[in-house]
Amino acid sequence: MIPMSYYLFLSSILFSISLAGIFLNRKNILIMLMSLELMFLSINFNFIIFGNYLGDLTGQIFVFFILTVIAAESAIGLAIIVVLYRNRHSINVDDIGNLKG
Amino acid sequence: MNAELIIFYLFSIFLIISSMRVVISNNPVKSAIYLVFSFFCSAVLWLLLGAEFLSVILILVYVGAVMVLFLFVVMMLDINLSEITSGFVKYLNEGIFVFIIMSALLILFFQNQFADTNKNIITEIIIISDNNTKNLGYILYTEYILAFEIAAVILLLGIISAITLTHKKKSDNKFQDPDMQVNVKKEDRIFIVKDEDSK
Repeated sequence: MIPMSYYLFLSSILFSISLAGIFLNRKNILIMLMSLELMFLSINFNFIIFGNYLGDLTGQIFVFFILTVIAAESAIGLAIIVVLYRNRHSINVDDIGNLKG
Repeated sequence: MNAELIIFYLFSIFLIISSMRVVISNNPVKSAIYLVFSFFCSAVLWLLLGAEFLSVILILVYVGAVMVLFLFVVMMLDINLSEITSGFVKYLNEGIFVFIIMSALLILFFQNQFADTNKNIITEIIIISDNNTKNLGYILYTEYILAFEIAAVILLLGIISAITLTHKKKSDNKFQDPDMQVNVKKEDRIFIVKDEDSK
């Protein structure tokens, strides 16, 4: 049996890496989205771990719904990036500040 | 050291290394591939936790659909890489600072709260059978049926918004206008020409 704290450490390291990734890749919106996906992954880890800790299957149900929401979110985010590229011919985060109305 | 612990260590090290490569890599295609690998590693770890259905779903839906979408977009956009990666070194200190503070806080918290080694987690939760998928389906279709339907609506919302955002209207498209079709009169279609000669 693997102790629960090992999984918790793993998920917290994963969360910190993805949070640092958002800070590091300030210019690249694509890698920011990927870091967001990693963050969701670590959150899902925590849901499954605590669900198993409490002997409740609700944690896994919650992960199921989170996966649904992330799929919709990433599809919309990528669509926005495509539209942005079509208008600006770059996906530089600094250029997003120049958008008007 | 039993096999379970060895698998846990192996795949958690893979997971951490590949997620670091996602963040550090300066080519978005490479980081998307590493993201796929980190999803795969976490699917293995979810199997160890007893969440069999979710680990299969993670690979099928996530690696199969969402990451392919990511790769499509990354490869479709012609990105100037040197411009994008220029800010990396600039924010390196902030990134390392955030990583150290956040991981130290979280690990200290979890160490204090859940370091009890005898509190092992239950990897098999039994509701109606010992089959994880069956249990999940049983709960999903009874207790969480409203949430399940809302999830379907959210997916529909995702489809509609992605299509309306990226749909480009071409001026030379041929299409039917239902309003004009309904309001058409007999005179618009048929002209009765009187033949003068036959009289």
